[in-house]
Amino acid sequence: MAITFDKALGIHEHALQARVQRAEVLANNLANADTPGYKARDIDFRAMMQKAQESVSGLQMATTHHGHMDTSSPGSDGELLYRNPHQPSIDGNTVDAQEEQSRFMRNAMDYQASFQFLSSKFSGLTKALKGE
Amino acid sequence: MSLGNIFDIAGSGMTAQSLRLNTTASNIANAETASSSTDNAYRARKPVFAAIQQAMLNPDQQGFGTSLDEGPGAGVRVEGIVESDAELQMRYEPNHPAANEDGYVFYSNVNVVEEMADMMSSSRSFQMNVDVMNTAKSMMQRILTLGQQ
Repeated sequence: MAITFDKALGIHEHALQARVQRAEVLANNLANADTPGYKARDIDFRAMMQKAQESVSGLQMATTHHGHMDTSSPGSDGELLYRNPHQPSIDGNTVDAQEEQSRFMRNAMDYQASFQFLSSKFSGLTKALKGE
Repeated sequence: MSLGNIFDIAGSGMTAQSLRLNTTASNIANAETASSSTDNAYRARKPVFAAIQQAMLNPDQQGFGTSLDEGPGAGVRVEGIVESDAELQMRYEPNHPAANEDGYVFYSNVNVVEEMADMMSSSRSFQMNVDVMNTAKSMMQRILTLGQQ
């Protein structure tokens, strides 16, 4: 039986990647907090995880024709959506700096959680290898 | 992994905000600058921000940011600096050395109250970008400890 990291690490690797991507989008929102006409964006984390889950579980659509497209390829990214503004400013900017900052912080905490899970997977693997 | 991108994004935000702070400082310093003609009078300067799209940086990149509309963006840039076209303050001061033949002096159109508010706003935005960068840094440091006991 071959040990593959893909099977050993499970969903956490994808979750961590999704968190990093979301952090990037949120950081971009914060950098553009004063840009006229900028529309705040976010990633649908659930859709992203669903895609990752499909790629991990291996339940994918079979392709029997060269024109078939693989819609759930691993590493494909979640959809980038626009946020519904509560109070858009007069210059067309829809970034709510406080809200975005709290989301960014929360995303960082969730990142830490995913990281902890991933880290314990590695320490579990090490323990198994050492046989302690 | 694209944690490095966050540094670029937050860095571009800090650059843009410090430029905005620079124009504010220039405006406040020149709030009482006098001139003898409307052409030479100091006018308040304002930076114009625009979002950078990732597709603009590397057009042949596949995936996350293929079309200009779909990319996650890569920070903010200063598109240019515009001068305010608010009315200049015309004052009758015949004894002023810069007065024109009718005895009028043109003062700048800087609104100091507006500039102070702008200054606070830009310093807050700068702080926000610093916070983002700090968080990204701790995220990156954590990933470096992966697999360590």
